[in-house]
Amino acid sequence: MRSPLAASALASVFAGALALCLPASARAAPDAAHGEQVYARCMACHALAFDRVGPRHCGLLGRRAGSVAGFNYSAAMKKSRITWSDTTLDRFLTKPLKMVPGTAMTYDGVADPKDRADLIAYLKHANDTPECAKQPH
Amino acid sequence: MSFFLMPTPLAARRLFLGRSGLVLSGAAVALLAGSEALAAKTGGAHPNDVQILNTALGAELEAIAAYQLGAESKLLEKPVLDLALTFQGHHKEHAAVLIKTVEKLGGKAVLAKAKYNFPVDQLKSQADVLKFAAKLEQGAVSAYLGAVPLFGNRDLAKAAASILGDEAMHWAILRQALGEVPVPSAFMA
Repeated sequence: MRSPLAASALASVFAGALALCLPASARAAPDAAHGEQVYARCMACHALAFDRVGPRHCGLLGRRAGSVAGFNYSAAMKKSRITWSDTTLDRFLTKPLKMVPGTAMTYDGVADPKDRADLIAYLKHANDTPECAKQPH
Repeated sequence: MSFFLMPTPLAARRLFLGRSGLVLSGAAVALLAGSEALAAKTGGAHPNDVQILNTALGAELEAIAAYQLGAESKLLEKPVLDLALTFQGHHKEHAAVLIKTVEKLGGKAVLAKAKYNFPVDQLKSQADVLKFAAKLEQGAVSAYLGAVPLFGNRDLAKAAASILGDEAMHWAILRQALGEVPVPSAFMA
C-alpha cells in the first residue's frame, strides 16, 4: 500500500509534469489569494515591508538581487547578477541553492509550479498595497 | 481538557510538558551527538550544513526576541504569558544547540541583531500577539521542512526535523488559543 506522503509527493510531481505539458493559455491564471497562503511558508525569515533574516519583499520584482540597502546578503547573492522577474524568481524558488549556490536562503524550494506562479502573483499584488507603497524600495 | 482552560498556569504547564513529551532535550542530545560524531570524523558535514544551521539560528534568535516583545507587551495574560515564555525557552534551547553545532563544525555562529523590526503598531491585543507568533511558528515549520532535505549529514537532518516537530506543536497550540482549527491540514508545505 502506498503511503499518504508518497501519494502526495507523486501527485505533486504529476501536477508539475502536467503543468509543464500544457500550453501557457491552458494553465490556470495565477491566483494571488492562494499565493498569500503560499507566502506563509516564507514568514520565518521574510516580511513584505521590513528586513528580517531575509530581505524585504516590497519592490522585489524588477530589483537587482542583493541590492536592498543595509541588508547583509551572502556573497553569492551579491555576485549573482540576477534581476528579479517572473522568470528568474520562478527559477530561484524552484531550487534556490541550485540557481545561487552559497545563498543564505537554505530552503529546498517550492516544488509545485502553480504554487510558485501564485506566490509571484501575490508578491506583485502586495507591491501595490499601502504596506508596500510607504516603503522605500 | 483544553490547555487554556486549566485552572492554574502550573497545571497548564504540567499538562503541556506532559503532552509534548519534552522532545527538546532529546533533540538537543541528538543534535550534539551528531555534531560530536561529525567533529570526530572531520569533514562529515557538507559545506552547506553550516550555512543551513546559521540561517536557522538567525530565525531562532529573532523568534526569541519576538516572544520577548510579546512577554513585555503587557498584552498577554496568564496562562498565555507562561505559554509564551515556555515557547521562548524552547527557541533559546534550539539557538544554544545550533550555536554549539556551528562552532563544532568550524563555523562562526551568527549573532542576534541589536534591533529587530517587528510590526509593533499592529499588536494591540493578546490575539494580535498570538497571531503574530503563530505566523512566525508556521513559517518556522516550513523553513525547517525546506532545510531538512538539504543537509549533507543525516544526523543534522534528523535533529532539524526534531526542532520542526516542536515548532509545529507551538503553531498548533497558538492556533487553538486563537480559536482556529489547531491542525488545519494533514501535510505541511
